[in-house]
Amino acid sequence: MTVANANPPKPAVRRPLVKPDRTALLVAFFVVTSVLLLISHAPDVMRNLGPFGDVLRNKVVEALIVSLFLANVLFAYLWKAANWAKLLVGAGSLLVVLPWAGRTDTSLLDLSIQIMIFAALALGLNIVVGLAGLLDLGYVAFFAVGAYTWSIFASPRFGEVLKYYGSNPGTTGSGTLAIGLVLTAVTAGSMIFIRSLHGRIAPTRASNLSFLIAGFGLLSGIILVGRSILVLFAGSAEAVANGINPGFFWLFLALSIMTAALVGVLIGLPVLKLKGDYLAIITLGLGEVIRVLANNLSLYTAGSQGITPIGSASVPWFNGLAGALGFRPDQFYLLFLYVLVLAVIALILLVNVRLDKSRIGRAWVAIRDDEIAAQAMGVPLMQTKLIAFATGASFAGVMGMIFAAKQTFISPESFNLLQSITVLSMVVLGGMGSFSGVILGAAVVTLLNLRILPGLGEASANVSWIPQEVNPANFNRFIFGSILVAMMLLRPEGLLPNKRVARELHHEDDQEDESGDGNASGLEAGGDVYSAGFATTKEDDKTGGDR
Amino acid sequence: MELSVLLPFIVNVIIGGLVLGFVYAIIALGYTMVYGVLQLINFAHSEVFITGAVVGFEVFRVLQDSAMNGYLKLLIALLAAMVISGLLNVLIERLAYRPLRGSPRLVPLITAIGVSLILQDVLRFLEGLQGRFDLTYILPAGFGNKFCAAESTCAPVGNALRAIGVDVQLKDVILVVVSLVSLTVLNYVVNKTRMGKAIRAVSQDRVTAGLMGVDSNLMISATFLIGGALGGVSGVLFGLKFGTVNAYSGFDPGIIAFTAAVLGGIGSIPGAVLGGLLLGVIQNLIGVTNIFGNLLGLANLGTIDASYSKIGPFIVLVLILIFKPTGLLGKSNVEKV
Repeated sequence: MTVANANPPKPAVRRPLVKPDRTALLVAFFVVTSVLLLISHAPDVMRNLGPFGDVLRNKVVEALIVSLFLANVLFAYLWKAANWAKLLVGAGSLLVVLPWAGRTDTSLLDLSIQIMIFAALALGLNIVVGLAGLLDLGYVAFFAVGAYTWSIFASPRFGEVLKYYGSNPGTTGSGTLAIGLVLTAVTAGSMIFIRSLHGRIAPTRASNLSFLIAGFGLLSGIILVGRSILVLFAGSAEAVANGINPGFFWLFLALSIMTAALVGVLIGLPVLKLKGDYLAIITLGLGEVIRVLANNLSLYTAGSQGITPIGSASVPWFNGLAGALGFRPDQFYLLFLYVLVLAVIALILLVNVRLDKSRIGRAWVAIRDDEIAAQAMGVPLMQTKLIAFATGASFAGVMGMIFAAKQTFISPESFNLLQSITVLSMVVLGGMGSFSGVILGAAVVTLLNLRILPGLGEASANVSWIPQEVNPANFNRFIFGSILVAMMLLRPEGLLPNKRVARELHHEDDQEDESGDGNASGLEAGGDVYSAGFATTKEDDKTGGDR
Repeated sequence: MELSVLLPFIVNVIIGGLVLGFVYAIIALGYTMVYGVLQLINFAHSEVFITGAVVGFEVFRVLQDSAMNGYLKLLIALLAAMVISGLLNVLIERLAYRPLRGSPRLVPLITAIGVSLILQDVLRFLEGLQGRFDLTYILPAGFGNKFCAAESTCAPVGNALRAIGVDVQLKDVILVVVSLVSLTVLNYVVNKTRMGKAIRAVSQDRVTAGLMGVDSNLMISATFLIGGALGGVSGVLFGLKFGTVNAYSGFDPGIIAFTAAVLGGIGSIPGAVLGGLLLGVIQNLIGVTNIFGNLLGLANLGTIDASYSKIGPFIVLVLILIFKPTGLLGKSNVEKV
């Protein structure tokens, strides 16, 4: 496209080979920040501190303390230190100090849960954008699917739906259920058969078409079954007037993952054939479609009023444990969610790391680097992209459900485009493709969003000459936009770069001293390969022109 | 509803859709021209065009008490919006996109989204300083009247139109005329002038154009200038049509216009116009689907109300990209290694 000299050469990222041992520093930092965190979240202590306590109560200062504290975990990951110290700092800060500080100030637990929910979203989007190189701007749709999966059933909505079907049964009955079941079984069977046939012979137009038709049959079969089940169970509307038994929480945790993954596949099937920019705009559109549907299907989603109250799990043994540790009964639930989210995110991280090192992870990176080359090497494009979409979606789905259980209220406005952009800016800030990076990005952006901006807003509200419209709390678009632009212009590989991405992005400077590593290339299909002073253009850079 | 009532109703829905479609068409040109030269979806274009709408609002607001002719006010508003939006677009390209040329495609795309967000808040901030958020256009007297009202000199024309059921406002006619003039000028600039030839050359093959002595950076700037100026025009027209704009209202029309550009074949100027007109009509028709549903006794259609007209364009976009990714008037290109 243009000659390489258009970009001034940037210095390559180089790290010293031997890192100094920082065990003592790490432990000292941990102790200091823990004490700060505990003091700043203990109202009794702060009252005795006088003016210093007032400073600590400020939201911005609180955000700084929390981020310093969370930096513990980051440093434990980054620094060279003894393993016992790393373990002590990592586990100690997340499992002991943070819940302990949350005991006297539950808003801290709430904040940590939010950070981890967004970290999980960022990890999910990271698979789609960072590893597979597919820009998804409607990612929050999967979050919404997970949230609504639980909310509809665990709220009075479910009773309302049953009541509606009880009074409008139409011609639906047990016969419909039988027809629906047969239809579902037959179409699902034929889809599996065609799929296995495709394993042996090349897909033809006719077989593809019949697969599609069977898919529609399956969909209508499922709708029939669902409808007749709703009608047949309409009698129990009274029993579920306040939502289903909370014991189903664990089942729905699995269901929300599956539903979100299924929606991911359904959305992915038509759109994943498209190239980067088209994919971006169409996922953006489909995200909006899901929001508009949530707004309009008011029988199921209560429209723009939102669903409330949403029930949640009751875990007696955990409550007993928390009580023994000195937590108040009203804090049990938040603590439970904190532990649950921590466990889920640990699992997600494990899945991420394992996937990244697996065959499928390498296939994603191959697709990101060069789609055509990957295909030539035998990577099944569609399947690999769909897996990326479904994996990312499932992370968002499970966190959506936990989010709904935590908020006890959701409305379509919780899932607008700005949320998708927020998650994207987390991924971009931290570094596409880097797991530690996107978690860092999630922590920074969430703190900015929930503490620093509102804190600045409160501060400015007391100053008379600042008009209300200039309130910094309203500047989140500006700040996310600036994050995106600044990162792309100055450090496209992110704060904690993935080594491979960083090398690709600084390919030009690396060229002379690069040895033995011939696989660096453009980040995705369509990127140009440069040699000094001469550029090649690819055929697909031509368009129809302006005629 | 009887046929004698329904027919004029449908005619008006379609005419309204065409008027709306002209606004989309002009916005779509901004997307399609930039895509033509850079293969980049300029997400910031929706804000460039809303900037035009805001400039238009300010001009009408400042001039609201002057005795100036309404058409002159409109001309000033259009020119001011064209200049400011055009320069803004050039500035964006210079500061945000040019340093990234040659980066992987995801990088400028994310930058464009960022620029769009920044501009939204800057616009809101600038208007917020004066205590305004929703900007309601103060139109010159008479713009909201019926076109060729009974007492005016062209009453026969108006009566004839009304006889076949067409009922439009003066501002709709102005909108269509301004759009047609812009399209004619654009067509002349792109197809008949030296600069247009250079722009077309750059969009076909930047490197070869460079070898032929075309300053491709200058031509890319020129494209952003023209696209931004068109954005300014469309912003004023948008304000004229809808009456109220705010800093965030560029998003929906922006997406619809982009869909129009894809529908017509991205990179193709007649395609963008065709796509815009089609989408305008489609959107208006979806908005009244429930009336057809009630008419035909189809209860399920009756629940599709105007709020669904927002997702109509997306469905069209998905369908067009699946079945004819090159668009209606676009050229196909096969990807080679």
